[in-house]
Amino acid sequence: MSGGDTDGRLVRLFALTGGRTRPSRADFTLITTVTAVDPPPTWATRPQPEHQRILRRCAEPIAVAELAALLDLPVSVVVIMLCDLLESGRITARAPHPVSCQPEDLDLLQKVRDGLGRL
Amino acid sequence: MAGSDVITRAAPDTVKILIAGGFGVGKTTMVGSVSEIAPLRTEEPLTAAGLGVDDLDGIEEKRATTVALDFGRITIGSDLVLYLFGTPGQQRFWFMWNDLALGALGAVVLIDVRRPETSFAAIDFFERRGIPFVVGVNGFYGDHPYPPDEIREALALPDHVQVLLCDARERDSSRDVLIALIDQLIAVAVHTGAAPRTDK
Ligand SMILES: Nc1nc2c(ncn2[C@@H]2O[C@H](COP(=O)(O)OP(=O)(O)OP(=O)(O)O)[C@@H](O)[C@H]2O)c(=O)[nH]1
Ligand SMILES: [Mg+2]
Repeated sequence: MSGGDTDGRLVRLFALTGGRTRPSRADFTLITTVTAVDPPPTWATRPQPEHQRILRRCAEPIAVAELAALLDLPVSVVVIMLCDLLESGRITARAPHPVSCQPEDLDLLQKVRDGLGRL
Repeated sequence: MAGSDVITRAAPDTVKILIAGGFGVGKTTMVGSVSEIAPLRTEEPLTAAGLGVDDLDGIEEKRATTVALDFGRITIGSDLVLYLFGTPGQQRFWFMWNDLALGALGAVVLIDVRRPETSFAAIDFFERRGIPFVVGVNGFYGDHPYPPDEIREALALPDHVQVLLCDARERDSSRDVLIALIDQLIAVAVHTGAAPRTDK
């Protein structure tokens, strides 16, 4: 935005991810929903504070983009940390509904249309 | 995905629609007028968005190395949520559109009626990729000097692409543009299915 502190911020952001700039898996999208597993699996180790911050925000299902906006972090950084949490069994992730304008999508499309009609 | 046998509160299905168009045509305004939440915003460092620092050559303000993305939400039901993403308007950020478009239901291309040419590239983008879209003509100051057919002709749009006059500031008006897009998608799905839909 203002640009002045961009470099310092970048450095801090990548400290959160241990210097990684790429997620370990590529299937998190902006509208993938994530939910904290409660209680966490017994084998899960204690999460880092920054991971803990994410876990608190996804006690209820939340989309990746929303999570990033609420935490004021770039999506790319949040995704890297979500990969850690997924691998340690602390969250579940649900992929978005695939849509291809095929007849099997009609129910979904009709549902969206009805929902918009109620606005 | 991993851990799918772990039962947590059921996450809803999610779908998205893009609100696209040139710089300053009213995309964020439209997202905000229909969203149930104030539009949210994320800032992405360009280096993290998959662009090497070297690729920033030619971008005049190298310090502004983030691209903003704003979005809104419409809860359709407890099991289905629609997200609206306003695409970054400035042309230099269009590399992000490919990612954004992936898995989208379709798009609304907004046009500023006073300078329609700024949205030509957006129309071209969706046409080339075969992504369904409707055109929303944002009146600005409520003015609609041209009828939809004239705009369709000027933009050389095929008949199946709807052109709607709208006011991005008005919730009802923005909603109607979204409904028109969904109707267009339903028509495609029915057509693809060949056999008319008789169930349900
Ligand atoms: N009078 C009037 N002003 C509008 C209308 N739609 C948008 N605006 C204003 O036009 C300006 C740009 O609108 P935005 O919604 O930010 O446009 P945008 O397409 O998101 O812009 P970028 O993201 O920068 O490309 C804002 O000041 C809006 O308040 C409209 O229908 N009428
Ligand atoms: Mg905007």
